[in-house]
Amino acid sequence: MSAVLAVLEQRGGAWNRMSFETLAAAQQIAREMGGTAGAAVLGKGVDALTGELAAKHLEKVYAVEHDLLENYTPDAYSAALRQLVEQAKPTVVLFPHTYQVRDFMPKLATSLGKVAVSDAIAHRVDGGALMLVRQLFQGKVNADMRFTGDGPHFASLQAGAYRADQVAEGSAAVEKFAPALSAGDIRTRPLELFRESERAVDLGAAEIIVSVGRGIKEADNIPLVEKLAKALGAELAASRPICDAGWLPMERQVGSSGQTVAPKMYLAVGISGAIQHLVGMKGSRVVVAINKDPNAPIFEVADYGIVGDLFQVVPELIAEIEKRKSS
Amino acid sequence: MKIIVSIKQVPARDSQLKIAASGKWIEESDLAYEINEPDAYALEAGLQLKEKHGGEVIALCAGPARAASTIREALAKGADRAIHVDENMGALDPLDAAKLLAAAVRGESADLILTGLQSDDLGYGQTGVILAELLGLPHGTIIMEVEVREGGIRVKRELEDGWFQHVEMPLPALLTIQSGISKLRYATLMGIKKAKSKEIRRVTSSELKLEPSPATAVLERVHLPERTKRTQLFEGSPKEAAAQLVEKLKFEARVI
Repeated sequence: MSAVLAVLEQRGGAWNRMSFETLAAAQQIAREMGGTAGAAVLGKGVDALTGELAAKHLEKVYAVEHDLLENYTPDAYSAALRQLVEQAKPTVVLFPHTYQVRDFMPKLATSLGKVAVSDAIAHRVDGGALMLVRQLFQGKVNADMRFTGDGPHFASLQAGAYRADQVAEGSAAVEKFAPALSAGDIRTRPLELFRESERAVDLGAAEIIVSVGRGIKEADNIPLVEKLAKALGAELAASRPICDAGWLPMERQVGSSGQTVAPKMYLAVGISGAIQHLVGMKGSRVVVAINKDPNAPIFEVADYGIVGDLFQVVPELIAEIEKRKSS
Repeated sequence: MKIIVSIKQVPARDSQLKIAASGKWIEESDLAYEINEPDAYALEAGLQLKEKHGGEVIALCAGPARAASTIREALAKGADRAIHVDENMGALDPLDAAKLLAAAVRGESADLILTGLQSDDLGYGQTGVILAELLGLPHGTIIMEVEVREGGIRVKRELEDGWFQHVEMPLPALLTIQSGISKLRYATLMGIKKAKSKEIRRVTSSELKLEPSPATAVLERVHLPERTKRTQLFEGSPKEAAAQLVEKLKFEARVI
């Protein structure tokens, strides 16, 4: 019988918000494959977290505990999971596609001679075999990947691809798993986590967001979108390249490395819609896109769109909004 | 310090892609190619480390004959020499790709291997980490800063939600570099001229004598994504399109 194991992510006793999306996916895929779902949490002292999982519909919950798992290192995580997988023998092992998973999953899969399917967005069970869909070329093309041969097969799931609120409740047995780890095998030394600045802008609370991307071309053009944001009473946000270039502060960045937002309206100006950006805004109620490329992935998630030169469209848009306000 | 920077050539960012007749890859014939942007940042990081600490930067690139233009560009920007793994990569999975790269650099005994955090074509974000595992090196991913210290390096890793972390590790090591962390340099005329006489070592997979590994995840089909949403597009002059959009936002979506 096939078993699907979800490896969930926590830091300092708090869940990564994507963990329960992965759990929901594991339950769903297990059901479709006619197998069982389980979950694993790594750390030191994870009782509170595994206690929470004991009330989910799972065959088993593994508390993978060791002093050397308190602070994440790729060597310790990879070794611990390899031992767990060798004992539990799951057919499929699922992870949330987080920065941490990107750091160790390829190492783990390679150590077992496997290729992990990273950043999957959907699945299909076809004749008992699991097929995963992932995006190529920044979301312009999709690829169907089929696992072949014996498991374990590894995959990570894109943020938002599965819904955390669909985790099935139930009960699960919690089992402790103590991996054999030695400090001498851990080659990297992780130091304290830090933030560079307190976040002054909470984009999550904004009702309307005007967001700007590479299409704006240069810093001198930023006032154009500022004016649009002002006309709409919106917060101004940006995709990563704009913040990297220093044209807007980092705290205004939307996407996987920035903030996740879900406003009433998200107006994307000159944003092509790379995956890393879309995961941060696709929960918005209404998405509007202005972009010169009709094939830009942003149009995949847009409700309304104008294909055109933003330097011509945005001034007209501002004028139109101002006109409506005064009429 | 001997630094290898692994770079990839990918279709230009604004390419219009078509699915090949095989249904297993894209039509490559009419495309323009450029350096994978994340790898351009890895190259920049490598060149800056060399400027600070001395040594050598070696550009490593796996791809067919056309990859030569990307290799020349890296040499023109300041890489000292290059290794070209002459192989049509296509949809080759990251384990097989990393095996080629590992075989090509094993004899170099580099202090540091750098690469971008992912490719803009396949986007697995795995090749660097797999390469580290195959070569038995410690690694760090999504790195913003590299500081060379007694006995190794201290790097700044980016985590999610605005968090960062410093990590120390010994050399040799492999790092994947975050995009956008510095300004990319342009090749100078002098650089372009000098590049012509720099060494490019060509190797092929048959010379590298790789055992084919059994595929465990097979790419069955590529296809254009189905639109999950029907986008209402407004046409006409910018003024007309803007007027229609505002009308809809006000009376249909009721968001303004």
